[in-house]
Amino acid sequence: MTRRYSAVSLFKEGLNAQKGWQKAWRSPEPKPRYDILIIGGGGHGLATAYYLAKNHNIRNIAVIERGWLGGGNTGRNTTVVRSNYFFPESTALYEMALRLYETLGRDLNYNIMLSQRGIITLAHSEAEMEMAARTVNAMQINGTDAELFDVDDVRGVLPLINLSPEARYPVFGGVWQGRAGTARHDAVAWGYARAADRLGVDIIQSCEVGEFLVEGGRCRGVKTSRGEIRADRVAMVVAGNSSHLAAKAGFRLPITSYALQACVSEPIKPALDTVVLSPATGTYASQSDKGELVIGGGLDRVPSYGQRGNLPVLEHVVSGLLEMFPSFRQLRLMRQWAGIVDVTPDSSPILGESPLPGLFMNCGWGTGGFKAIPAGGTLLAHLLATGKHHDVSRPFDLDRFARGRLIDEAAGSGIAH
Amino acid sequence: MQLFPCPFCGPRNESEFHFGGDAGNLRPEGFRDVTDGQWTAYLHERNNLRGPANEIWMHMTCGEVFSMERDTVHHGVAQAIALANGGGDDGMAH
Ligand SMILES: Cc1cc2nc3c(=O)[nH]c(=O)nc-3n(C[C@H](O)[C@H](O)[C@H](O)COP(=O)(O)OP(=O)(O)OC[C@H]3O[C@@H](n4cnc5c(N)ncnc54)[C@H](O)[C@@H]3O)c2cc1C
Ligand SMILES: [Zn+2]
Repeated sequence: MTRRYSAVSLFKEGLNAQKGWQKAWRSPEPKPRYDILIIGGGGHGLATAYYLAKNHNIRNIAVIERGWLGGGNTGRNTTVVRSNYFFPESTALYEMALRLYETLGRDLNYNIMLSQRGIITLAHSEAEMEMAARTVNAMQINGTDAELFDVDDVRGVLPLINLSPEARYPVFGGVWQGRAGTARHDAVAWGYARAADRLGVDIIQSCEVGEFLVEGGRCRGVKTSRGEIRADRVAMVVAGNSSHLAAKAGFRLPITSYALQACVSEPIKPALDTVVLSPATGTYASQSDKGELVIGGGLDRVPSYGQRGNLPVLEHVVSGLLEMFPSFRQLRLMRQWAGIVDVTPDSSPILGESPLPGLFMNCGWGTGGFKAIPAGGTLLAHLLATGKHHDVSRPFDLDRFARGRLIDEAAGSGIAH
Repeated sequence: MQLFPCPFCGPRNESEFHFGGDAGNLRPEGFRDVTDGQWTAYLHERNNLRGPANEIWMHMTCGEVFSMERDTVHHGVAQAIALANGGGDDGMAH
Protein backbone atom coordinates (compact mmCIF):
# COMPACT_ATOMS: atom_id res chain seq x y z
CA MET A 1 0.00 0.00 0.00
CA THR A 2 1.42 3.33 -1.04
CA ARG A 3 2.13 5.66 1.79
CA ARG A 4 0.10 8.87 1.89
CA TYR A 5 2.09 12.07 1.90
CA SER A 6 1.18 14.52 4.66
CA ALA A 7 2.72 17.13 6.93
CA VAL A 8 3.06 14.42 9.58
CA SER A 9 4.83 11.97 7.25
CA LEU A 10 7.22 14.73 6.13
CA PHE A 11 7.99 15.63 9.74
CA LYS A 12 8.53 12.01 10.78
CA GLU A 13 10.90 11.34 7.87
CA GLY A 14 12.78 14.51 8.76
CA LEU A 15 13.51 12.99 12.16
CA ASN A 16 14.30 9.62 10.54
CA ALA A 17 16.96 11.00 8.09
CA GLN A 18 14.47 10.48 5.20
CA LYS A 19 15.09 6.70 5.29
CA GLY A 20 11.49 5.47 5.40
CA TRP A 21 10.23 6.59 1.98
CA GLN A 22 9.14 3.83 -0.41
CA LYS A 23 9.20 3.76 -4.20
CA ALA A 24 6.38 5.87 -5.63
CA TRP A 25 5.39 3.24 -8.22
CA ARG A 26 6.19 -0.42 -9.00
CA SER A 27 8.21 -1.68 -12.01
CA PRO A 28 6.20 -4.76 -13.02
CA GLU A 29 6.95 -7.22 -15.82
CA PRO A 30 4.59 -6.70 -18.78
CA LYS A 31 1.65 -9.13 -18.86
CA PRO A 32 0.76 -10.78 -22.20
CA ARG A 33 -2.59 -8.99 -22.36
CA TYR A 34 -4.42 -5.98 -20.96
CA ASP A 35 -7.86 -4.47 -21.43
CA ILE A 36 -6.28 -1.20 -22.45
CA LEU A 37 -2.72 -0.33 -23.42
CA ILE A 38 -1.36 3.19 -23.52
CA ILE A 39 1.80 3.94 -25.50
CA GLY A 40 3.73 6.85 -24.02
CA GLY A 41 4.42 7.64 -20.36
CA GLY A 42 4.25 11.42 -20.60
CA GLY A 43 1.71 13.50 -18.74
CA HIS A 44 -1.15 12.72 -21.14
CA GLY A 45 -0.51 8.95 -21.16
CA LEU A 46 -0.23 8.71 -17.38
CA ALA A 47 -3.28 10.93 -16.82
CA THR A 48 -5.27 8.74 -19.22
CA ALA A 49 -4.38 5.65 -17.21
CA TYR A 50 -5.26 7.37 -13.93
CA TYR A 51 -8.69 8.56 -15.12
CA LEU A 52 -9.48 5.19 -16.72
CA ALA A 53 -8.95 3.58 -13.34
CA LYS A 54 -10.54 6.33 -11.25
CA ASN A 55 -13.48 7.49 -13.40
CA HIS A 56 -14.26 4.26 -15.27
CA ASN A 57 -13.01 1.59 -12.86
CA ILE A 58 -10.94 -0.15 -15.54
CA ARG A 59 -7.86 -1.50 -13.77
CA ASN A 60 -6.24 -3.99 -16.18
CA ILE A 61 -4.21 -1.31 -17.95
CA ALA A 62 -0.57 -0.74 -18.87
CA VAL A 63 1.37 2.37 -19.79
CA ILE A 64 4.41 1.59 -21.96
CA GLU A 65 7.24 4.10 -22.05
CA ARG A 66 10.38 3.66 -24.14
CA GLY A 67 12.47 5.88 -21.88
CA TRP A 68 11.56 7.09 -18.42
CA LEU A 69 8.39 8.70 -17.09
CA GLY A 70 8.01 12.32 -18.12
CA GLY A 71 11.29 12.21 -20.06
CA GLY A 72 9.57 13.55 -23.19
CA ASN A 73 8.04 16.98 -23.58
CA THR A 74 6.35 16.78 -20.20
CA GLY A 75 9.78 17.12 -18.59
CA ARG A 76 11.01 19.73 -21.10
CA ASN A 77 8.36 22.42 -21.11
CA THR A 78 8.24 25.84 -19.51
CA THR A 79 5.38 24.84 -17.18
CA VAL A 80 2.85 27.53 -18.13
CA VAL A 81 -0.82 26.68 -17.53
CA ARG A 82 -3.66 28.91 -18.77
CA SER A 83 -6.94 28.81 -20.68
CA ASN A 84 -6.82 32.12 -22.58
CA TYR A 85 -7.78 30.73 -25.99
CA PHE A 86 -10.07 32.28 -28.56
CA PHE A 87 -12.59 29.70 -29.79
CA PRO A 88 -15.36 28.21 -27.60
CA GLU A 89 -14.16 24.65 -28.38
CA SER A 90 -10.65 25.51 -27.16
CA THR A 91 -11.80 27.33 -24.04
CA ALA A 92 -13.96 24.35 -23.09
CA LEU A 93 -10.93 22.08 -23.41
CA TYR A 94 -8.27 24.20 -21.70
CA GLU A 95 -10.65 25.50 -19.04
CA MET A 96 -11.56 21.90 -18.15
CA ALA A 97 -7.83 21.29 -17.70
CA LEU A 98 -7.21 24.41 -15.61
CA ARG A 99 -10.13 23.57 -13.31
CA LEU A 100 -8.80 20.05 -12.80
CA TYR A 101 -5.32 21.48 -12.13
CA GLU A 102 -6.80 23.68 -9.41
CA THR A 103 -7.62 20.62 -7.29
CA LEU A 104 -5.09 18.14 -8.69
CA GLY A 105 -2.64 18.30 -5.79
CA ARG A 106 -5.33 17.11 -3.37
CA ASP A 107 -6.79 14.64 -5.86
CA LEU A 108 -3.41 12.93 -6.39
CA ASN A 109 -2.01 13.49 -2.87
CA TYR A 110 1.01 14.98 -4.61
CA ASN A 111 2.23 18.57 -4.54
CA ILE A 112 2.24 19.75 -8.16
CA MET A 113 3.27 23.25 -7.03
CA LEU A 114 0.48 25.02 -8.91
CA SER A 115 1.06 28.76 -8.72
CA GLN A 116 -1.74 30.89 -10.17
CA ARG A 117 0.37 34.00 -10.58
CA GLY A 118 -1.42 35.29 -13.70
CA ILE A 119 -0.29 35.78 -17.29
CA ILE A 120 -0.04 39.05 -19.21
CA THR A 121 -0.01 38.85 -23.02
CA LEU A 122 1.35 42.20 -24.16
CA ALA A 123 -0.01 44.45 -26.91
CA HIS A 124 2.52 46.72 -28.61
CA SER A 125 0.39 49.01 -30.80
CA GLU A 126 -3.10 50.50 -31.02
CA ALA A 127 -4.05 47.80 -33.50
CA GLU A 128 -2.83 45.09 -31.13
CA MET A 129 -4.86 46.71 -28.33
CA GLU A 130 -7.98 46.33 -30.46
CA MET A 131 -7.17 42.66 -30.98
CA ALA A 132 -6.55 42.34 -27.24
CA ALA A 133 -10.02 43.78 -26.51
CA ARG A 134 -11.50 41.28 -28.94
CA THR A 135 -9.65 38.42 -27.24
CA VAL A 136 -10.81 39.54 -23.79
CA ASN A 137 -14.41 39.72 -25.00
CA ALA A 138 -14.17 36.24 -26.51
CA MET A 139 -12.68 34.79 -23.34
CA GLN A 140 -15.34 36.35 -21.13
CA ILE A 141 -18.16 35.17 -23.42
CA ASN A 142 -16.64 31.68 -23.41
CA GLY A 143 -16.73 31.67 -19.63
CA THR A 144 -13.15 32.08 -18.49
CA ASP A 145 -11.50 34.96 -16.66
CA ALA A 146 -9.92 37.81 -18.63
CA GLU A 147 -9.22 41.52 -18.22
CA LEU A 148 -7.98 44.20 -20.57
CA PHE A 149 -4.92 45.90 -19.08
CA ASP A 150 -3.68 49.40 -19.90
CA VAL A 151 -0.08 50.57 -19.45
CA ASP A 152 -0.56 51.38 -15.76
CA ASP A 153 -2.00 47.94 -15.10
CA VAL A 154 1.01 46.41 -16.87
CA ARG A 155 3.36 48.49 -14.69
CA GLY A 156 1.57 47.07 -11.65
CA VAL A 157 2.39 43.45 -12.53
CA LEU A 158 5.72 44.01 -14.37
CA PRO A 159 7.68 46.66 -12.44
CA LEU A 160 10.92 45.88 -14.33
CA ILE A 161 9.60 46.11 -17.88
CA ASN A 162 10.73 48.94 -20.17
CA LEU A 163 7.59 51.07 -20.64
CA SER A 164 9.32 53.93 -22.45
CA PRO A 165 7.38 55.13 -25.53
CA GLU A 166 10.77 55.04 -27.28
CA ALA A 167 11.13 51.28 -26.73
CA ARG A 168 11.62 49.19 -29.87
CA TYR A 169 8.26 47.56 -29.02
CA PRO A 170 6.39 50.12 -26.88
CA VAL A 171 3.82 48.57 -24.52
CA PHE A 172 0.21 49.73 -24.94
CA GLY A 173 -1.43 47.21 -22.59
CA GLY A 174 -2.41 43.58 -22.81
CA VAL A 175 -4.66 40.64 -21.98
CA TRP A 176 -4.56 39.49 -18.36
CA GLN A 177 -5.69 36.07 -17.15
CA GLY A 178 -5.35 35.96 -13.37
CA ARG A 179 -6.01 32.22 -12.89
CA ALA A 180 -3.18 31.27 -15.24
CA GLY A 181 0.26 30.45 -13.86
CA THR A 182 2.75 27.60 -13.62
CA ALA A 183 2.92 24.08 -12.17
CA ARG A 184 5.87 21.79 -11.54
CA HIS A 185 6.02 19.65 -14.70
CA ASP A 186 7.84 16.60 -13.30
CA ALA A 187 5.49 16.54 -10.35
CA VAL A 188 2.48 16.33 -12.68
CA ALA A 189 3.93 13.22 -14.35
CA TRP A 190 5.09 11.66 -11.09
CA GLY A 191 1.85 12.47 -9.27
CA TYR A 192 -0.27 10.80 -11.97
CA ALA A 193 2.13 7.84 -12.11
CA ARG A 194 1.98 7.25 -8.37
CA ALA A 195 -1.80 7.62 -8.22
CA ALA A 196 -2.32 5.33 -11.25
CA ASP A 197 0.04 2.71 -9.83
CA ARG A 198 -1.91 2.78 -6.57
CA LEU A 199 -5.07 1.95 -8.55
CA GLY A 200 -3.34 -1.07 -10.12
CA VAL A 201 -2.06 0.32 -13.42
CA ASP A 202 1.16 -1.34 -14.69
CA ILE A 203 3.72 1.29 -15.65
CA ILE A 204 6.43 -0.28 -17.82
CA GLN A 205 9.50 1.83 -18.55
CA SER A 206 12.42 1.14 -20.93
CA CYS A 207 10.03 -0.63 -23.30
CA GLU A 208 9.65 0.64 -26.86
CA VAL A 209 6.68 -0.04 -29.10
CA GLY A 210 7.93 -0.90 -32.60
CA GLU A 211 4.97 -2.33 -34.52
CA PHE A 212 1.24 -2.84 -34.19
CA LEU A 213 -0.51 -6.21 -34.17
CA VAL A 214 -3.28 -5.93 -36.76
CA GLU A 215 -5.79 -8.75 -37.18
CA GLY A 216 -9.06 -8.58 -39.10
CA GLY A 217 -8.41 -4.92 -39.82
CA ARG A 218 -8.27 -4.04 -36.11
CA CYS A 219 -5.44 -3.14 -33.80
CA ARG A 220 -5.04 -6.03 -31.33
CA GLY A 221 -1.90 -5.01 -29.51
CA VAL A 222 1.72 -4.08 -30.05
CA LYS A 223 5.17 -5.55 -30.57
CA THR A 224 7.61 -4.12 -28.08
CA SER A 225 11.28 -4.45 -27.25
CA ARG A 226 10.07 -6.73 -24.42
CA GLY A 227 7.78 -8.92 -26.51
CA GLU A 228 4.21 -8.86 -27.77
CA ILE A 229 1.50 -7.33 -25.63
CA ARG A 230 -2.15 -7.73 -26.60
CA ALA A 231 -5.00 -5.42 -25.72
CA ASP A 232 -8.61 -4.80 -26.74
CA ARG A 233 -7.94 -1.10 -27.16
CA VAL A 234 -4.65 0.70 -27.70
CA ALA A 235 -3.92 4.42 -27.39
CA MET A 236 -0.89 6.25 -28.76
CA VAL A 237 0.12 9.30 -26.75
CA VAL A 238 3.60 9.86 -28.10
CA ALA A 239 4.23 13.56 -28.69
CA GLY A 240 7.14 14.06 -31.08
CA ASN A 241 6.71 10.54 -32.51
CA SER A 242 3.11 10.58 -33.66
CA SER A 243 3.77 10.53 -37.42
CA HIS A 244 6.42 7.86 -36.98
CA LEU A 245 4.08 5.47 -35.13
CA ALA A 246 1.14 6.37 -37.37
CA ALA A 247 3.21 5.26 -40.38
CA LYS A 248 3.72 1.88 -38.66
CA ALA A 249 -0.05 1.65 -38.23
CA GLY A 250 -0.54 2.45 -41.92
CA PHE A 251 -1.80 6.04 -41.99
CA ARG A 252 -0.53 9.62 -42.23
CA LEU A 253 -1.39 12.50 -39.93
CA PRO A 254 -1.78 16.24 -40.48
CA ILE A 255 1.32 16.82 -38.38
CA THR A 256 4.74 18.40 -38.87
CA SER A 257 7.36 17.99 -36.14
CA TYR A 258 9.56 20.86 -35.03
CA ALA A 259 12.02 21.50 -32.25
CA LEU A 260 10.80 23.93 -29.60
CA GLN A 261 13.47 25.44 -27.37
CA ALA A 262 13.65 26.85 -23.89
CA CYS A 263 16.41 28.12 -21.63
CA VAL A 264 16.97 29.23 -18.05
CA SER A 265 19.09 31.97 -16.54
CA GLU A 266 21.13 31.70 -13.38
CA PRO A 267 18.93 31.95 -10.28
CA ILE A 268 18.25 35.42 -8.91
CA LYS A 269 16.10 36.98 -6.19
CA PRO A 270 12.37 37.29 -6.96
CA ALA A 271 12.10 39.76 -9.86
CA LEU A 272 9.16 38.56 -11.95
CA ASP A 273 6.07 37.24 -10.19
CA THR A 274 3.82 36.67 -13.17
CA VAL A 275 4.09 35.07 -16.61
CA VAL A 276 4.81 37.57 -19.38
CA LEU A 277 4.28 36.78 -23.06
CA SER A 278 4.95 39.09 -25.98
CA PRO A 279 3.87 37.87 -29.42
CA ALA A 280 5.72 40.80 -31.05
CA THR A 281 9.14 40.05 -29.57
CA GLY A 282 8.52 36.28 -29.79
CA THR A 283 9.34 35.74 -26.12
CA TYR A 284 7.73 34.59 -22.91
CA ALA A 285 9.19 34.21 -19.44
CA SER A 286 8.44 33.44 -15.83
CA GLN A 287 10.59 32.95 -12.74
CA SER A 288 10.86 29.50 -11.19
CA ASP A 289 10.69 28.87 -7.46
CA LYS A 290 14.45 28.28 -7.60
CA GLY A 291 14.90 31.82 -8.95
CA GLU A 292 15.83 30.97 -12.56
CA LEU A 293 14.15 32.90 -15.33
CA VAL A 294 12.47 30.29 -17.52
CA ILE A 295 12.47 31.61 -21.07
CA GLY A 296 10.68 30.31 -24.15
CA GLY A 297 9.55 31.44 -27.57
CA GLY A 298 8.36 30.24 -30.95
CA LEU A 299 9.05 27.09 -32.94
CA ASP A 300 12.22 26.51 -34.90
CA ARG A 301 11.55 27.23 -38.58
CA VAL A 302 13.03 23.97 -39.88
CA PRO A 303 11.00 20.76 -39.40
CA SER A 304 13.16 18.53 -37.25
CA TYR A 305 13.55 15.52 -34.97
CA GLY A 306 16.94 16.85 -33.79
CA GLN A 307 16.23 17.37 -30.12
CA ARG A 308 18.57 20.30 -29.52
CA GLY A 309 17.14 23.25 -31.47
CA ASN A 310 19.10 25.70 -33.57
CA LEU A 311 20.60 29.10 -32.98
CA PRO A 312 18.55 31.69 -34.94
CA VAL A 313 15.38 31.22 -32.90
CA LEU A 314 17.23 31.15 -29.58
CA GLU A 315 18.93 34.44 -30.46
CA HIS A 316 15.58 35.95 -31.41
CA VAL A 317 13.96 34.85 -28.15
CA VAL A 318 16.74 36.09 -25.91
CA SER A 319 17.05 39.44 -27.71
CA GLY A 320 13.28 39.88 -27.35
CA LEU A 321 13.52 39.31 -23.61
CA LEU A 322 16.40 41.79 -23.21
CA GLU A 323 14.53 44.33 -25.29
CA MET A 324 11.66 44.20 -22.80
CA PHE A 325 13.73 43.82 -19.62
CA PRO A 326 17.03 45.70 -20.05
CA SER A 327 18.07 44.83 -16.48
CA PHE A 328 18.18 41.11 -17.39
CA ARG A 329 21.18 41.83 -19.67
CA GLN A 330 23.60 41.05 -16.87
CA LEU A 331 22.24 37.54 -16.33
CA ARG A 332 24.01 34.45 -17.58
CA LEU A 333 22.17 31.64 -19.37
CA MET A 334 22.59 28.37 -17.53
CA ARG A 335 20.98 25.79 -19.81
CA GLN A 336 19.25 25.50 -23.17
CA TRP A 337 17.31 22.48 -24.47
CA ALA A 338 14.62 21.51 -26.96
CA GLY A 339 11.74 19.08 -27.28
CA ILE A 340 10.14 17.77 -30.48
CA VAL A 341 6.57 18.97 -30.78
CA ASP A 342 3.89 17.80 -33.22
CA VAL A 343 2.23 20.74 -34.92
CA THR A 344 -1.14 20.51 -36.71
CA PRO A 345 -2.34 22.93 -39.41
CA ASP A 346 -4.77 24.61 -36.97
CA SER A 347 -2.55 24.46 -33.86
CA SER A 348 -5.17 22.36 -32.08
CA PRO A 349 -4.74 18.79 -30.79
CA ILE A 350 -6.11 15.57 -32.26
CA LEU A 351 -8.24 13.39 -29.95
CA GLY A 352 -10.15 10.42 -31.26
CA GLU A 353 -10.07 6.99 -32.85
CA SER A 354 -7.43 6.61 -35.55
CA PRO A 355 -7.98 5.29 -39.08
CA LEU A 356 -6.92 1.88 -37.68
CA PRO A 357 -9.93 0.67 -35.65
CA GLY A 358 -9.08 -0.08 -32.03
CA LEU A 359 -6.21 2.41 -32.03
CA PHE A 360 -6.95 5.77 -30.40
CA MET A 361 -4.92 8.99 -30.46
CA ASN A 362 -4.09 11.90 -28.23
CA CYS A 363 -1.51 13.98 -30.09
CA GLY A 364 -0.81 17.19 -31.97
CA TRP A 365 -0.63 19.40 -28.87
CA GLY A 366 2.26 21.24 -30.48
CA THR A 367 3.78 23.84 -28.23
CA GLY A 368 1.01 23.88 -25.63
CA GLY A 369 -0.06 20.51 -24.26
CA PHE A 370 1.29 20.66 -20.73
CA LYS A 371 -1.55 22.91 -19.58
CA ALA A 372 -4.00 20.41 -21.09
CA ILE A 373 -2.79 17.22 -19.41
CA PRO A 374 -5.71 16.72 -16.96
CA ALA A 375 -8.25 17.29 -19.75
CA GLY A 376 -6.38 15.21 -22.33
CA GLY A 377 -6.29 12.33 -19.84
CA THR A 378 -9.96 12.69 -18.87
CA LEU A 379 -11.14 12.85 -22.48
CA LEU A 380 -9.01 10.01 -23.84
CA ALA A 381 -10.06 7.84 -20.89
CA HIS A 382 -13.71 8.61 -21.75
CA LEU A 383 -13.11 7.65 -25.39
CA LEU A 384 -11.30 4.42 -24.49
CA ALA A 385 -13.84 3.36 -21.87
CA THR A 386 -17.05 4.21 -23.73
CA GLY A 387 -15.91 4.13 -27.37
CA LYS A 388 -17.59 7.53 -27.78
CA HIS A 389 -16.48 11.13 -27.73
CA HIS A 390 -17.04 13.38 -24.74
CA ASP A 391 -18.74 16.63 -25.85
CA VAL A 392 -15.50 18.50 -25.22
CA SER A 393 -13.31 16.19 -27.34
CA ARG A 394 -15.73 15.77 -30.29
CA PRO A 395 -14.57 18.91 -32.18
CA PHE A 396 -10.93 17.73 -31.95
CA ASP A 397 -11.46 14.43 -33.81
CA LEU A 398 -9.24 13.75 -36.82
CA ASP A 399 -12.31 14.03 -39.06
CA ARG A 400 -12.25 17.83 -38.70
CA PHE A 401 -9.62 17.97 -41.45
CA ALA A 402 -11.90 16.17 -43.92
CA ARG A 403 -14.95 18.17 -42.78
CA GLY A 404 -13.13 21.48 -42.98
CA ARG A 405 -14.04 22.43 -39.40
CA LEU A 406 -10.59 23.52 -38.27
CA ILE A 407 -10.17 25.22 -34.89
CA ASP A 408 -7.47 27.65 -35.89
CA GLU A 409 -5.83 28.76 -32.66
CA ALA A 410 -2.56 29.89 -34.27
CA ALA A 411 -3.30 33.54 -33.55
CA GLY A 412 -5.83 33.17 -30.76
CA SER A 413 -3.45 31.43 -28.41
CA GLY A 414 -0.47 33.76 -28.80
CA ILE A 415 2.91 32.22 -29.52
CA ALA A 416 4.40 29.04 -28.17
CA HIS A 417 3.34 28.47 -24.60
CA MET B 1 23.75 28.38 -37.73
CA GLN B 2 23.23 25.88 -40.57
CA LEU B 3 23.97 26.59 -44.23
CA PHE B 4 21.52 25.26 -46.84
CA PRO B 5 22.57 24.95 -50.48
CA CYS B 6 20.49 27.11 -52.83
CA PRO B 7 20.98 25.68 -56.36
CA PHE B 8 21.14 29.26 -57.67
CA CYS B 9 23.12 31.12 -54.95
CA GLY B 10 25.11 28.36 -53.26
CA PRO B 11 25.37 27.86 -49.48
CA ARG B 12 23.33 30.41 -47.52
CA ASN B 13 22.13 30.95 -43.98
CA GLU B 14 19.19 28.72 -42.91
CA SER B 15 17.13 31.73 -41.88
CA GLU B 16 16.86 32.76 -45.58
CA PHE B 17 14.89 29.60 -46.44
CA HIS B 18 11.22 28.69 -46.26
CA PHE B 19 9.94 25.13 -45.88
CA GLY B 20 7.44 24.18 -48.58
CA GLY B 21 6.30 20.67 -47.63
CA ASP B 22 6.78 17.15 -48.98
CA ALA B 23 8.22 16.75 -52.45
CA GLY B 24 5.77 14.99 -54.78
CA ASN B 25 2.60 16.20 -53.01
CA LEU B 26 0.74 16.88 -56.23
CA ARG B 27 -2.57 18.72 -56.37
CA PRO B 28 -5.28 16.18 -57.22
CA GLU B 29 -6.74 17.02 -60.62
CA GLY B 30 -10.32 16.61 -61.84
CA PHE B 31 -12.73 18.73 -59.84
CA ARG B 32 -15.62 16.22 -59.64
CA ASP B 33 -13.52 13.12 -59.15
CA VAL B 34 -11.48 14.31 -56.16
CA THR B 35 -12.79 12.67 -52.98
CA ASP B 36 -12.78 14.29 -49.53
CA GLY B 37 -10.05 11.85 -48.58
CA GLN B 38 -7.77 12.79 -51.48
CA TRP B 39 -8.32 16.45 -50.84
CA THR B 40 -7.57 16.05 -47.10
CA ALA B 41 -4.42 14.10 -47.90
CA TYR B 42 -3.21 16.79 -50.29
CA LEU B 43 -4.04 19.75 -48.04
CA HIS B 44 -3.20 18.43 -44.59
CA GLU B 45 -1.53 15.02 -44.31
CA ARG B 46 2.27 15.00 -44.21
CA ASN B 47 4.97 12.33 -44.44
CA ASN B 48 6.85 14.03 -41.57
CA LEU B 49 9.62 11.45 -41.78
CA ARG B 50 12.14 10.81 -39.01
CA GLY B 51 15.41 10.43 -40.94
CA PRO B 52 16.03 10.99 -44.68
CA ALA B 53 13.28 13.08 -46.31
CA ASN B 54 12.72 14.72 -49.70
CA GLU B 55 11.23 18.19 -49.29
CA ILE B 56 10.43 21.38 -51.20
CA TRP B 57 12.21 24.54 -50.05
CA MET B 58 12.33 28.13 -51.23
CA HIS B 59 15.32 30.43 -50.98
CA MET B 60 13.42 33.60 -50.11
CA THR B 61 16.32 35.89 -50.99
CA CYS B 62 16.37 34.93 -54.68
CA GLY B 63 13.01 33.17 -55.02
CA GLU B 64 14.49 29.82 -56.16
CA VAL B 65 12.26 26.82 -55.42
CA PHE B 66 14.06 23.50 -55.18
CA SER B 67 13.85 20.01 -53.75
CA MET B 68 16.24 19.08 -50.97
CA GLU B 69 17.12 15.68 -49.53
CA ARG B 70 17.71 16.25 -45.86
CA ASP B 71 17.97 14.08 -42.77
CA THR B 72 15.47 15.41 -40.23
CA VAL B 73 17.39 13.96 -37.27
CA HIS B 74 20.99 15.13 -37.84
CA HIS B 75 20.14 17.81 -40.46
CA GLY B 76 22.72 16.63 -43.01
CA VAL B 77 21.84 17.64 -46.59
CA ALA B 78 22.37 15.01 -49.30
CA GLN B 79 21.39 17.09 -52.33
CA ALA B 80 19.47 20.10 -53.54
CA ILE B 81 17.99 20.16 -57.04
CA ALA B 82 16.43 23.13 -58.83
CA LEU B 83 12.84 22.55 -59.93
CA ALA B 84 12.94 25.15 -62.69
CA ASN B 85 13.83 24.00 -66.25
CA GLY B 86 12.74 20.42 -65.63
CA GLY B 87 15.25 19.73 -62.84
CA GLY B 88 14.51 16.91 -60.43
CA ASP B 89 12.62 13.72 -61.13
CA ASP B 90 9.92 13.94 -58.49
CA GLY B 91 7.19 15.15 -60.79
CA MET B 92 7.25 18.66 -59.37
CA ALA B 93 9.04 20.21 -62.36
CA HIS B 94 7.06 22.57 -64.55
C1 LIG C 1 10.56 23.77 -24.76
C2 LIG C 1 9.09 23.46 -24.58
C3 LIG C 1 8.29 24.34 -23.86
C4 LIG C 1 6.93 24.06 -23.66
N1 LIG C 1 6.22 24.90 -22.86
C5 LIG C 1 4.93 24.60 -22.58
C6 LIG C 1 4.21 25.40 -21.65
O1 LIG C 1 4.75 26.34 -21.04
N2 LIG C 1 2.90 25.11 -21.43
C7 LIG C 1 2.27 24.08 -22.07
O2 LIG C 1 1.07 23.89 -21.87
N3 LIG C 1 2.95 23.26 -22.93
C8 LIG C 1 4.27 23.50 -23.19
N4 LIG C 1 4.98 22.68 -24.05
C9 LIG C 1 4.29 21.55 -24.70
C10 LIG C 1 4.14 20.36 -23.76
O3 LIG C 1 5.37 20.07 -23.16
C11 LIG C 1 3.64 19.13 -24.51
O4 LIG C 1 2.52 19.46 -25.33
C12 LIG C 1 3.20 18.04 -23.54
O5 LIG C 1 4.20 17.78 -22.60
C13 LIG C 1 2.85 16.78 -24.27
O6 LIG C 1 2.64 15.76 -23.33
P1 LIG C 1 2.55 14.26 -23.81
O7 LIG C 1 2.27 13.44 -22.61
O8 LIG C 1 1.61 14.19 -24.95
O9 LIG C 1 3.98 13.97 -24.45
P2 LIG C 1 5.47 13.55 -23.82
O10 LIG C 1 5.56 14.11 -22.45
O11 LIG C 1 6.41 13.92 -24.82
O12 LIG C 1 5.26 12.00 -23.69
C14 LIG C 1 5.31 11.13 -24.80
C15 LIG C 1 6.08 9.91 -24.38
O13 LIG C 1 5.97 8.90 -25.38
C16 LIG C 1 7.16 8.15 -25.35
N5 LIG C 1 7.28 7.40 -26.61
C17 LIG C 1 7.45 7.90 -27.86
N6 LIG C 1 7.52 6.91 -28.76
C18 LIG C 1 7.37 5.74 -28.08
C19 LIG C 1 7.35 4.36 -28.46
N7 LIG C 1 7.49 3.97 -29.74
N8 LIG C 1 7.19 3.43 -27.48
C20 LIG C 1 7.03 3.80 -26.18
N9 LIG C 1 7.05 5.09 -25.77
C21 LIG C 1 7.21 6.05 -26.71
C22 LIG C 1 8.23 9.20 -25.17
O14 LIG C 1 9.44 8.66 -24.67
C23 LIG C 1 7.57 10.18 -24.21
O15 LIG C 1 7.94 9.98 -22.85
C24 LIG C 1 6.34 22.91 -24.25
C25 LIG C 1 7.14 22.03 -24.99
C26 LIG C 1 8.50 22.28 -25.14
C27 LIG C 1 9.35 21.31 -25.90
ZN1 LIG D 1 19.07 31.58 -53.87
